[in-house]
Amino acid sequence: MSEVLNAPVFADIPVPTFKPGPAGTHITIRGLTKYFAGWPLYENFDLDIPKNKIVSVFGPNGCGKSTLINMIAGLVPPDSGEILFDGKSLKDTKIGYVFQNYREALFPWMRTIDNIAYPLKLEGKSKAEVDRRMAELVASFDVKFDLNRYPYELSGGQQQTASIMRALAPKPEVLFLDEPFSALDFEMTLFIREKLQEVFMQTGTTMLLVSHDLEEAVYLADQVLLLTKRPTRVAEILHYGEARPRTTETLSEPSFITAKKRSLEIFQREVRR
Amino acid sequence: MTTNNPAAMAVPASPAGALWAPQTATAEVVANTPTWGKALPFVGPVLLLLLWDMVVRFGLVKAILLPPPIETVLALVGGLAGGPLLTDFGVTLWRTVQAFLIAAAVGVPLGIALGSNEKSYRSVEFLIDFFRSTPSSALIPLFMMIFGISDINKVAIAAFGAFLIVIFNSAYGVMNARKQRVMAAKVMGASRWQVFKDVLVWESLQPTFVGLRSAVSMALVIVIVAEMFIGADNGLGNRIINAQQVMRVKDMYAAILSAGVMGYALNVLFLVSEKRIVHWSGR
Repeated sequence: MSEVLNAPVFADIPVPTFKPGPAGTHITIRGLTKYFAGWPLYENFDLDIPKNKIVSVFGPNGCGKSTLINMIAGLVPPDSGEILFDGKSLKDTKIGYVFQNYREALFPWMRTIDNIAYPLKLEGKSKAEVDRRMAELVASFDVKFDLNRYPYELSGGQQQTASIMRALAPKPEVLFLDEPFSALDFEMTLFIREKLQEVFMQTGTTMLLVSHDLEEAVYLADQVLLLTKRPTRVAEILHYGEARPRTTETLSEPSFITAKKRSLEIFQREVRR
Repeated sequence: MTTNNPAAMAVPASPAGALWAPQTATAEVVANTPTWGKALPFVGPVLLLLLWDMVVRFGLVKAILLPPPIETVLALVGGLAGGPLLTDFGVTLWRTVQAFLIAAAVGVPLGIALGSNEKSYRSVEFLIDFFRSTPSSALIPLFMMIFGISDINKVAIAAFGAFLIVIFNSAYGVMNARKQRVMAAKVMGASRWQVFKDVLVWESLQPTFVGLRSAVSMALVIVIVAEMFIGADNGLGNRIINAQQVMRVKDMYAAILSAGVMGYALNVLFLVSEKRIVHWSGR
């Protein structure tokens, strides 16, 4: 009785079926869409990020490298799309995030050690558990500076080291690094790069690294994710399988040079397009 | 609203800061200045006293309008050392402190609460800005109708003026919190409440202190004005106006200077406590 006769026809657009990524995929991104000021930045963007690998994100200025990892990390809400971590949502996933600007990432009202312990405090860990984890972290990072100091009393490199320790404290499944070296001097960059590699070799944590330095991007990466200009798509995913630990010698090896050259070619092709 | 108040730099470092200080260029500059560099702050006051003395000595201003500086300073010191001036000083200080405490106790929590919910702040922003721009002294007659000519009246009007400054600064402190610190806490899984108590409250501390410092100055101004014009029988404002009416200029100047001493001391007290509590400010 209550049915409307001759109602106009509204056809629903069929929802695309969810296609899982290949085996070994950690983060599955499907149909990610993000508009900025009415213009598409990402439109129907699909990506599979492998588990226990380091993926460097590289691309032209303004293509949304940081926006991509911020959407994955839940800092920027996407307009639509789905992001799953081993099939789970972000809510059920432990992540760590290292900001470029360590000055505004650490809490200056807490001592450095309390900053590092903060995510554990949020998890409601006991004092003993926190202390044990702090001892572990301090040992694995071979910390030479006084963690009882406030962050502003430390050098830039020390502060960024503390930021990375804080991000790793809760043993995250994924570590996001948004240009972690750009505010550091060369010496500190080399030091933290080695630390990250060590941590990765110890823990195998999936890492997503945004970088504007191609050498650094390739050096640390298992995969270099090259992006196009906006609306952003994947230009190419470059595999770089050099064994770890990679050292300064790696930088002059033919395989490294080839990978770097190839990345540069793709990058230049995309910038000119 | 800037954090780098040059006056704040003059305050001695807190013990926490003294444990380890970065080697900055300033340390060398200070060390290289001649020893009389420390006397520089006294040059201005001494010059002023000399000028004052000359003006009186050569009779440029009638003695009935301007007493000699030495006598005035002696009257100030004598008065504050236990004379009737001390009583009035104490009364004014107590009223200012009461007004300030009310303003801080209501203004800081309310400001932080409003600041953490921008919509609620926007809805009262006009009221706050309007009454903040209204000279509080213009409201004295209104407050007289509400509270009568009483001690409470003076404290209430001063508290009102100070409260608006506190609420404004605390609210903006929360709203201007570094977005990245908030994001850092969120990405670590902090709930809204945890972000509020672990980040926003702390971020707002420095602007809150700026607000408290301006508020205590404002409270003192209004208390003095109220003591002058709302039938008071004590307080520095009352003392100044009484001395003026019977032309006891020495007393009047001593009372004015003591009000200055109070205002300056309160300001320094707040700068020092800010430096201790908000030890990260400007770093």
